[in-house]
Amino acid sequence: MAEGKKIQGTIAKISGPLVVAKGMLGARMFDVVRVGAAGLVGEIIELRDDTASVQVYEETSGLKPGEIVVDTDAALSVELGPGLIEQFYDGIQRPLESIESVANSPYITRGISVPAISRTKKWDFVPSVGTGVSVESGDILGTVRETVLVEHRIMVPPGLSGTVESIRGGSFTVEETVAVVKDAKGAKHEIALMSRWPVRKPRPVAKRLPPVVPLSTGQRVVDLFFPIARGGTACVPGPFGSGKTVIQHQLAKWADAEIVVYIGCGERGNEMTDVLLEFPELEDPRSGQPLMKRTLLIANTSNMPVAAREASIYTGITIAEYFRDMGYSVALMADSTSRWAEALREMSGRLEEMPGEEGYPAYLGTRMASFYERAGRAICLGKDGREGAVSVIGAVSPPGGDLSEPVTQNTLRVAKVFWGLDAQLAYQRHFPAINWLTSYSLYAETLGEYWDNEYDGEWSEMRVQAMSLLEEEDQLKEIVRLVGIDALSKEERVVMETSKSIREDFLHQNSFHEIDTYASMDKQVKMLRNILAFHRHGMQALERGALLRDLIASPIREEIARMRYVEESNLSQLDELETRIGEELGRLAAAGGEEDVA
Amino acid sequence: MLPKEYSTISNLSGPLMVVDKITDVRYDELAEIRLMSGERRRGRVLEITEDRALVQVYEGSTGIDADTTKIRFLGDVLTLPVSKGMLGRIFNGRGVPIDGGADIIPDDRLDVNGNPMNPFSRDYPSEFIQTGISTIDGMNPLVRGQKLPIFSGSGMPHNRMAAQIARQSTVISGHAAFAVVFAAMGITFEEASFFMEDFRKTGALERTVMFVNLADDPAIERIATPRLALTCAEYLAFEHDMHVLVILTDLTNYCEALREISAARKEVPGRRGYPGYLYTDLATMYERAGRLRGKNGSITQFPILTMPEDDKTHPIPDLTGYITEGQIILGRSLHRKGIYPPVDVMPSLSRLKDKGIGTGKTREDHADLMNQLFAAYSHGKEAKELAVILGEGALSEEDKAFAKFADLFEDTYVRQGEYENRTIEETLQLGWDLLTIVPAKELKRIRDAYIEKYLQPLLAKKAEDALAAETAGE
Repeated sequence: MAEGKKIQGTIAKISGPLVVAKGMLGARMFDVVRVGAAGLVGEIIELRDDTASVQVYEETSGLKPGEIVVDTDAALSVELGPGLIEQFYDGIQRPLESIESVANSPYITRGISVPAISRTKKWDFVPSVGTGVSVESGDILGTVRETVLVEHRIMVPPGLSGTVESIRGGSFTVEETVAVVKDAKGAKHEIALMSRWPVRKPRPVAKRLPPVVPLSTGQRVVDLFFPIARGGTACVPGPFGSGKTVIQHQLAKWADAEIVVYIGCGERGNEMTDVLLEFPELEDPRSGQPLMKRTLLIANTSNMPVAAREASIYTGITIAEYFRDMGYSVALMADSTSRWAEALREMSGRLEEMPGEEGYPAYLGTRMASFYERAGRAICLGKDGREGAVSVIGAVSPPGGDLSEPVTQNTLRVAKVFWGLDAQLAYQRHFPAINWLTSYSLYAETLGEYWDNEYDGEWSEMRVQAMSLLEEEDQLKEIVRLVGIDALSKEERVVMETSKSIREDFLHQNSFHEIDTYASMDKQVKMLRNILAFHRHGMQALERGALLRDLIASPIREEIARMRYVEESNLSQLDELETRIGEELGRLAAAGGEEDVA
Repeated sequence: MLPKEYSTISNLSGPLMVVDKITDVRYDELAEIRLMSGERRRGRVLEITEDRALVQVYEGSTGIDADTTKIRFLGDVLTLPVSKGMLGRIFNGRGVPIDGGADIIPDDRLDVNGNPMNPFSRDYPSEFIQTGISTIDGMNPLVRGQKLPIFSGSGMPHNRMAAQIARQSTVISGHAAFAVVFAAMGITFEEASFFMEDFRKTGALERTVMFVNLADDPAIERIATPRLALTCAEYLAFEHDMHVLVILTDLTNYCEALREISAARKEVPGRRGYPGYLYTDLATMYERAGRLRGKNGSITQFPILTMPEDDKTHPIPDLTGYITEGQIILGRSLHRKGIYPPVDVMPSLSRLKDKGIGTGKTREDHADLMNQLFAAYSHGKEAKELAVILGEGALSEEDKAFAKFADLFEDTYVRQGEYENRTIEETLQLGWDLLTIVPAKELKRIRDAYIEKYLQPLLAKKAEDALAAETAGE
């Protein structure tokens, strides 16, 4: 295109969020356009000769053919800089708080244009390099204390290297120049606290690394049974009412990430309000600070324009990558990716594309894969070789709970951890309703090595033993269902009892209880160790003549059930309990006696 | 100046028509169609290109011809004239009064599509609503600003239950005005007159606004009906500080109308022929429930839908369940046993219950008691299933107690009269009474303090009575 000449076309057709504009010769794919007199934000998703198909991120009611469409000559981008944390954005990074004050209404009206990051707020910039230093892409020029938990690192933008011509500390707005870098050709580049990045383009890293470090979540069934690694991907599919959102909230609360990006994509408005009201009240178990100080929310609820829902996922992951580049471990939750896929389907239908499975576009799989691929652990750009990670946890809402549908299947192809939610468990109020027989984690082996180093090889062993007990229980249950519990041997009865204990006292976790909601790995290991100790000593005691009836009625089991309420500061109680389990069951063996004939 | 009138209708198919050679028409604009007979109908622009518009006719296209029918575009989207005078009135599915009364003198005209609520401006629903029905109040508590659908099936008494809820609902704290907005979509005359009669009889009509689209009214009109009702509800709730209960029945008919339009447009169908945007479309209605910061009013929604073949995985209940904050499911087996209301408490769920109950809202023991009743009922039902396979004899004493509990739970707790309005205290008491049947050591979900306070006196009395009976017997 010719410099300085604006590409301007006119509306030829309007159909819901899709607007077709003609006279757009020279416009590029994924350019942002302003549609109509109201200047609604849209993005070009198809080009044919001089006609461009535009997905509009706002309600299109009242537009008419002939109105102008102006190309902004820029791809859909997010603003990156201090002021992101604690924000509550819509799908195209407009702060919902500013929307409220500009619209002067509790409703989102159209054509509102507000900056993503405050232009007036001043930040204290502390330079970490001096003048004349040679820098390359990703090098840290200085820092800004964004919240008590987050130090915002100002980096040399990707693609730029040279020498620092000038740099100054002090108090600045995000648009003011803090440093000037002169590149090899002698051109000077002004660097401000804020930068922009197109959302559909992954931010570059120096080197990608395999995920081998665990992301602790404080959720027992996750951490010990189906763990996720830093930089890993996980998916949570489940029918409605099975607790997807509660799990996502729990992970957002307790995951040991330094930054949490939470995307409410096509979900309920009240759920986002809940997060917004609750997170500032909750304390991070590691720092003691409010969780909100490391959290960023993106909400495009189900009733907000569908095209912006499609964008919200990209907005979120780009911001997550930005913080990764600073060297942080970032966790991103997307609730729910099914709604995102549906937005794709709706636009595809309006473009009259040939549908694939269940009306979804044929490119659904590649789009999902390229989204999940943006997760990962990596060496960031920059000379210091710092390490960052983006972990992605996506909820999936399969229609009717049927996992064979395209969104779930495409997700399973790329996500490495599968937490399958079970409606039956949810009815029984067993939460988190993650089915221990169908779920899996492909990181279990590598993370097992990590934890075995910490716990002398005990971790993997316990995990395998607990899982095989549950597997055995499942088979025994089948027998009980057919011929009754009396058909089981004494040993098998102990297996049943231990498995019940694993399910009820370990896997079940009450997210609304102030202590039980979070368990450190230490606590988890000790809890499981005690349950398995009961099993081991129980089996031995039986052999030495203890009564099954006494074993089942043993009061020590009550204490095992109460382990979950032991506070993190009192974990030695659990070690004492282990000793007492051995003693108590030894006593039962000594007591012995005649078994009742039932 | 009157807008230009076109007589260039070229294509008619189902509820849709194409108008050619138009200029200056907007997307989503309202149109007025004048038939040869002088009849006027209304339509809405669904799609528009430079010189042709695709118009959906609300009253259906019966009797429209391409030759003599004229159409004008009114320059505005569909609006609803609103005023407080709407309370006590009955309108048709297009918002025209049909109760013989005068027209509404509007205070305002509002876009029926509304605007999405800013999640930042929402207030979290946390005030308990007492419906007088134990299975809701005790087990799946409703809070102000929640959307809680009733999943029912053909032939089940969901209408009677909805009427009972509308009649009895009160907020325990505060004395704000309460109103009911009722939208009927494609229900029969009989059903509609049941509601009208019931509201009239109990005096609820004067605080009710009714929008009625009957089964023989044009199906396409149903697309507008719930939106009119919600617009009216928003007006009453947020302009006049009222607590509005919106009952939408029957959503299944609404979705079918939507499918009809989608099919006429030859769109790529999603599951079972429903359009791919069904989720979004339903969400634009359900999400209009809620509370706003700084406003006293609230909108609580009770959508009712009949599940085809009682199938919860059918797209309509399925997508609804993903949007709403829980669901009340009616069970056919309970209904067959003659239990009213036949609420199947196991799969029913109120997602917002935790914030609406407890000290200062209902009572301190509510949450524990609720969890215990769930667990005990679940245990009892399992025991009964086991008894079916292995016979009563295979049950332990404990299992027998739970089986008895499950039967009594259905018979006394779930079952209640259509005009029986139980207070929350009565409901809680009923729960404790039932728990005396099962062994006290099995009550693991209740804190000891509450057992001491609420259960022990009952057990003591039971023992006393038993003793007295024994003595009397001697």
